[in-house]
Amino acid sequence: MADINRLNRRDVLVFASGGAFQPYRYSVGRAGSRFLTELRDHGRFLGLRCPGCGRVYVPPRPVCGPCYRKMEEWAEVGPLGTLTAFTVLRFAFIDPETGLKKPVPYGYGFIRLDGADTDLQHFLRIDPKRPPKIGMRLRPVFEKERCGRLSDIRHFEREDTP
Amino acid sequence: MAKRVAIVATGQTEHAANRWDATGGELIGEAVRRALEDGGLRREDIDGVIVGNMDHFEGINGVEHWSIDANGGLLKPVLKLTTGGTTGSTLAVAGYHLVASGLFERLLVVGWEKNSESDTTGAITTAFDPVWDRLVFAGAVSGLAVEASVYMRRFGVTEKDAARAAVRDRRHALNNPHAHLRKEISVSHVLDSPMLADPIKALDMCPRSDGACAVVYASEDAAEKICPRPAWILATATRHLYSYLGDVQLYPLKSLEAASGEAYRKAGIREPRKEIDVMELYTPYSFANLSWMEALGLAGPGQAARLIWDGATDMGGELPVNPSGGVLSTNPIGATGLIRAAECALQIMGRAGARQVPDVQVALSTGFGGCMWSDLLIYGRHKPA
Repeated sequence: MADINRLNRRDVLVFASGGAFQPYRYSVGRAGSRFLTELRDHGRFLGLRCPGCGRVYVPPRPVCGPCYRKMEEWAEVGPLGTLTAFTVLRFAFIDPETGLKKPVPYGYGFIRLDGADTDLQHFLRIDPKRPPKIGMRLRPVFEKERCGRLSDIRHFEREDTP
Repeated sequence: MAKRVAIVATGQTEHAANRWDATGGELIGEAVRRALEDGGLRREDIDGVIVGNMDHFEGINGVEHWSIDANGGLLKPVLKLTTGGTTGSTLAVAGYHLVASGLFERLLVVGWEKNSESDTTGAITTAFDPVWDRLVFAGAVSGLAVEASVYMRRFGVTEKDAARAAVRDRRHALNNPHAHLRKEISVSHVLDSPMLADPIKALDMCPRSDGACAVVYASEDAAEKICPRPAWILATATRHLYSYLGDVQLYPLKSLEAASGEAYRKAGIREPRKEIDVMELYTPYSFANLSWMEALGLAGPGQAARLIWDGATDMGGELPVNPSGGVLSTNPIGATGLIRAAECALQIMGRAGARQVPDVQVALSTGFGGCMWSDLLIYGRHKPA
């Protein structure tokens, strides 16, 4: 780092890009749209079943990766599920979706909906008196106003939450 | 028939949290100049260049264009590679492929990053699916934290076990003049450091660094003319895993298990713990120094902690891991996997200075990213048959 030692920090400049914001419009696709529409309109979860291995995928996608086969058979899963992995996010970072600091702390859970073979990632409501445990049973809590996004589910919480 | 290929020269910058003295191009130039000097080479001796980073960390696309005067590629074939955390190891594997093809005899491979220029976690998040992943995903820390939750639950591995693995890497970094973090820490320092995402604390996690690394590959026709003891590539392997994060089986790390299985077969290695002399692993958090050792076949399920506590992977141990200090000490992301390759090459060449492991015949490096993808390379002192 000879250069750094020789240089005075005032001799080199740094400038900020400004509060640039670049909005995107993402296609959700056919399978994803069906899933989110069903979630929005009926509060139901749908997965796609592989005709080869029989695995049910949530979120649904058109092709089973391991079998490389097209999936067309819808299967209702959940709404209850089991926590398979989790963390509690405690450090602040910039959310690229909003350009703002993500509100922390929040629970981040992998949820195996009943009848599914893959996990859905979502917010996990943390009850400080009863810390989350892998294997605990969960239920979804829906937003009142739903718009066809994954955030139509507010979070998952312990099934026996009073 | 593929050409036999070796790494014949390396160059690294001094890595730091913020190399405010240099632009990205200047960092690239620093590493490239050092690699050329190391091999006694001029820019004219190079047939082509591969350069790589993760564009979204700096928000400046197209490094293959704007760094052309620094990367040595002016009026030569230049390729750019970006594969997330594996960028540096993908560069290392691709360098091998291009030279093994016989189409390039002397190839310059460059990885770099200036993580100080943006919010690393925010930038990583943009590599994940906007519909299904981004709502809750929080970059590498969150993905690794959920992996650790599964590993701890399954085997009763503790935060203290992981802390010991972090202590090892940070201690090794004291021997490496290029390392970003060069301060010894203790198990209690790790356990007392701020919680980022349960169970990962600040000192369990890799830093964000600014830095660059350059490596020169040469075919069997040129290698020994440039370097008397080149590091021959014995095997490479790459495995990708998932569509969405929730698809991943979080133990064992399947991509590394499959990649190491393939590479061991190619290199004729039956007992990796005995036959490999040193490893530079892309372990971006302390728990990976445990569970990914199991994916590499170096310990049984849940058994890696013993290997760590016994000192088997310390300098002077049975199989030293991360003599450079590893990713926990230095992490300029697009360079990180390539630094592992450069460090293995230095070990084979016998030019690793204070971090040299005695008499290295076989070395192994990995790359990790995605999430949950793996690259792996095995290097040998002797030219493969």
